[in-house]
Amino acid sequence: MEYRTKATVMDSPAIERAVTRIAHEILEANEGASDIAIVGILTRGVCLASLLAERIREIEGVEPPVGSLDISFYRDDTAIRLNPEVHRTDIPFDVEGHDIVLVDDVLYTGRTIRSAMDAIMDYGRPRSIQLAVLVDRGHRELPIRADYVGKNVPTASRERVKVFLEENDGRTSVEILESVVGEGE
Amino acid sequence: MLSTPNIIDIQDLTESDIITILDTAESFKEVNERRIKKLPTLRGRTIINLFLEPSTRTRTSFEIAAKRLSADAVNMTGSASATVKGESLRDTAQTLSAMACDLIVVRHKYAGAPRVLAECMDAHVINGGDGRHQHPTQALLDLFTIRQELGHLEGLTVGIVGDIANSRVAGSLIPALRAVGARPIVIAPPTLLPARPDVLGAEVSYSLDDVLPDLDVAYMLRIQMERSEGMPFPSLREYARFYGMNAARLAKARPEMKVMHPGPMNRGVEVSSDVADSPRAIVLDQVNSGVAVRMATMYLLLGGGDSGTAS
Repeated sequence: MEYRTKATVMDSPAIERAVTRIAHEILEANEGASDIAIVGILTRGVCLASLLAERIREIEGVEPPVGSLDISFYRDDTAIRLNPEVHRTDIPFDVEGHDIVLVDDVLYTGRTIRSAMDAIMDYGRPRSIQLAVLVDRGHRELPIRADYVGKNVPTASRERVKVFLEENDGRTSVEILESVVGEGE
Repeated sequence: MLSTPNIIDIQDLTESDIITILDTAESFKEVNERRIKKLPTLRGRTIINLFLEPSTRTRTSFEIAAKRLSADAVNMTGSASATVKGESLRDTAQTLSAMACDLIVVRHKYAGAPRVLAECMDAHVINGGDGRHQHPTQALLDLFTIRQELGHLEGLTVGIVGDIANSRVAGSLIPALRAVGARPIVIAPPTLLPARPDVLGAEVSYSLDDVLPDLDVAYMLRIQMERSEGMPFPSLREYARFYGMNAARLAKARPEMKVMHPGPMNRGVEVSSDVADSPRAIVLDQVNSGVAVRMATMYLLLGGGDSGTAS
């Protein structure tokens, strides 16, 4: 399906500011960085997770451990489709006792986050799991909410929200895409 | 997503299928290193291990793989199955079909049995070894282990030593190596080669010492002592002397050459004990890879009905 950009809802400075604010909020809520660990959900969550960790180090002088999570094996729809590419999960710290901040780019149905929580639990029993997302676009199908949100973006479910990050895409922005074919569906 | 619903011959898989399986297995290997070695991925799926020929290690490996993916794994072995009561393979297939199982792993003493099974049932079939024909998951786990140890597959020279004529391991490994751009050489006395070694698709040598310096991997096949027709060489001692891997031979090989064996090993015949216990032998890495690779084949065969768009 072809998509074209309908609107740019965040540009690069806005994303920078959101990440900085979320870093402050995480530090405030957890009273420092000593027990937190950041886990990015592949692919763009990982990139955001390292941005957040970097920002937390600048503010607090402590860099929290960062991990990456592939949730392919935990999805509730493996019977319907497979992820074309499975990546290696890398959690280089003990989950036990940490306050885990899960990071993803877009919060939508909540199913990805449900899978990610299951995956984290298989590594041990964290003290808590918190959720940070750059964009919350609504349309939840599960009782899941984010603790830290970059921006709330009301959308129609037929639209797509895409986060572009320098490291993955060569530019940084959040865009709403709409289908070019449109009516016929 | 593989291009085939069943893994019966290694030739069923394209090069890209093979690489997909190996890459997926990397992720499962990580799971096997965790404290909680269990994924919910195939919850509610039923996998039957139909082993109509004795096997413990392969069956156990498949069983562990299925269980780590949360599938319900049921073992049916030769002596416990209705085959001893005279049920035909076709009837067994239809019976299992009627129980709505999703995947059958079959080991059978006759070549072609897994194909027959696949043709008369809807479930996916993985060949767990059929007669002297093929053992595709063994070849896949061997490729995985080689890639892990040596970093790549393309351009490697792999000597496969021993009972080529009777080996289903060689039957799958030779085409698998060719598919990924490696160079297989079969090394055996003429009596252990098939009548037409040229159709194997591998170079042929009668002398291990001649080709030893070229090898990146020496793959030692098992001498199947239990085969009734007797061994087609004068003595085990003579075989070990000319075709066994020992410390003296290892000293003449490339320093990075690895020694592999599909197991179970006859120590002192195919591989001397000191070599088997040395870091150059990666036999236990093969066993370790086996679970991850079999998890990958099950996941890729059973997951994904149609490839819809990603959300």
